[in-house]
Amino acid sequence: MKVHEYQAKELLAHYSVPIPKGRVASTPAEAKAIATELGVAVVVKAQIHAGGRGKGGGIKLAATPVEAETAAGQIIGMTLVTPQTGPEGRLVRKVLIEEQTQIDRELYFAVLIDSSIGRAILMGSQAGGMEIEEVAASNPEQIHRVAIDPAAGFQPYQGRELAFALGLDGDLLRPAVALMQNLYRLFIEKDASLAEINPLVVTKDNRVLALDAKLNFDDNAAFRHQDILALRDVEEEDPLEVRAQAEGISNYVKLDGNIGCVVNGAGLAMATMDAIKLAGGEPANFLDIATANDPQRVVNALGIITSDPNVKAILFNIFGGMARVDVIAEGIIAAHNSMPAKVPIVARLAGTNLDEGLKMLADSGIHVERADDLGEAARKAVAAATA
Amino acid sequence: MSILVDKNTRVLVQGITGREGGFQTERCIEYGTKVVAGVTPGRGGESAFGVPVFNTIAGAIEAQGPIDCSLIFVPAPFAADAILEAADCRIKVIICITEGIPTLDMMTVKRTLDGSDLTLIGPNCPGVITPGECRVGIMPGSVFSQGNVGVVSRSGTLVYEAVDQLTRLGIGQSTCVGVGGDPIIGTTTRQVLEMFNNDPGTKAIVMIGEIGGTAEQEAAEYIKAHVKKPVIAFIAGSTAPAGRRMGHAGAIIAGNTGTAAAKKAALTDAGAVISDSPAEIGATAARVLKERLL
Repeated sequence: MKVHEYQAKELLAHYSVPIPKGRVASTPAEAKAIATELGVAVVVKAQIHAGGRGKGGGIKLAATPVEAETAAGQIIGMTLVTPQTGPEGRLVRKVLIEEQTQIDRELYFAVLIDSSIGRAILMGSQAGGMEIEEVAASNPEQIHRVAIDPAAGFQPYQGRELAFALGLDGDLLRPAVALMQNLYRLFIEKDASLAEINPLVVTKDNRVLALDAKLNFDDNAAFRHQDILALRDVEEEDPLEVRAQAEGISNYVKLDGNIGCVVNGAGLAMATMDAIKLAGGEPANFLDIATANDPQRVVNALGIITSDPNVKAILFNIFGGMARVDVIAEGIIAAHNSMPAKVPIVARLAGTNLDEGLKMLADSGIHVERADDLGEAARKAVAAATA
Repeated sequence: MSILVDKNTRVLVQGITGREGGFQTERCIEYGTKVVAGVTPGRGGESAFGVPVFNTIAGAIEAQGPIDCSLIFVPAPFAADAILEAADCRIKVIICITEGIPTLDMMTVKRTLDGSDLTLIGPNCPGVITPGECRVGIMPGSVFSQGNVGVVSRSGTLVYEAVDQLTRLGIGQSTCVGVGGDPIIGTTTRQVLEMFNNDPGTKAIVMIGEIGGTAEQEAAEYIKAHVKKPVIAFIAGSTAPAGRRMGHAGAIIAGNTGTAAAKKAALTDAGAVISDSPAEIGATAARVLKERLL
């Protein structure tokens, strides 16, 4: 789960990570009031769940409260297009008003999981302010990593090691190590999956400060963090994906093709997309129906898929293990009967309780094009979508 | 021959009285797996499918004797605790099916198991099956057949897909292992390749990977240095859009290392044979086995 920059910064402040003074505003008048209260030149920052906001005109400087009001008026209500939003952009509803910072240096600092070693790591670079992926590709030696032993936790020497590598010595050393330790504590206590400060700046008056902040949280740990769940902003998410989640389908991603896919298992779902492409078609979505044995979930999945007007055919690829083919068949029958427009269905069914499932489909009398294997299923789905 | 489990393996099921745990335990017993005990805290003294249920693993071992393998169906918020209980009782092979365990819980589990001689398979995996002998997991037993091809996969349902193709072509399997799709797993693809490489009963290996992470590159390094047996590989997600999470937490392309192309290149360089289509994994394996006269 993602949160806005202003929400991330409130959490950072709670964990004593230094941030610029500021507050969030929903209207130009509020923006003016906050700028007046701050009493200094400010920066007005669009709040959306995507990076690269400056490039799209979502970040503006304002010397006076009136300028802040004007800038907020321009940004709030705009559809902001950045390299990360896709061409459709995002509607901006809120802006963060912050004091301007006199920057001496921009660095990068993050806490994240390194899955290859199964530990949280501190990651830092002197190349701050740019995409870390670009740094990793062009200058990997500029990225420093320190792994934290989860049994021992963060040790100050590890913070010092990274701080020195980032050139944070002298009077900056202690506050830098404290910042790292505090961000690590937030990461662990709140089950974050990424805590990124980019840029972490050294100010002209020699302080370290989190100028921007990005926090992502582990969805699997949401059950023990009601405070984090309360920060969710569904306006930032794809409406169909939000609906899918509400209806028990956590793994739905909308794509641009015309063949709707219902598959059990994420790997098989990806392979099904690959097979459709190899057969000359385009998948309309990624959908993992997972293992919950509930026919209603199949009905919900079909409802979501058919609400995409591009969908011309539906491919079921179910290889039952924990999922049972008879339960899926029950769902297909129920969904077919309630589906307003009859979209052709191609079904490749195999595995647990296959015979029971096939008998139910045969007895129901509904028309489902059967396929015996994955290659045949993809070819039949492509044919049905282009018919 | 096989790896991890065989016909003599004595299995305990944690979460045996749950809906899925119960259904799958019955399938395991039908398959011939020696399920000797179950554990559900608070339900000790009951019995499920003829298997005695205990409150704790220690209690199960005291009453039933040594346990070789634990199969875990405990719900996600409590699953890490279940794994650690099995580890504390020194169960050598721990197989966790549970999906959705918090990553930080798994970080603690992984740290606890570091340096021990215990093997954790999963979580978020289909388990392990040695065809004809022992099924410890959730896979549909009917598609598997005995033979000498080892199968390892990050995805559960792709194990079934690949095995179904192999079996239809008359190619049996030594053991099939789903290592799981989470960011932190107990045993990596590379480690399973090592087990297959050392198993005299395995003549060839089918490896199924997917986009995201670097597990396939690590496997490729191992293959290049150590594996003489033929390796046939498929990487799922060639056509997935970059930057979108495709279900598995690990399956997100970030940077260049996570792409299917980068993984296929590393595996090809290591001498593996790539099946570009998920529908031709079996046919590719058949061709390679014929070429190598296996």
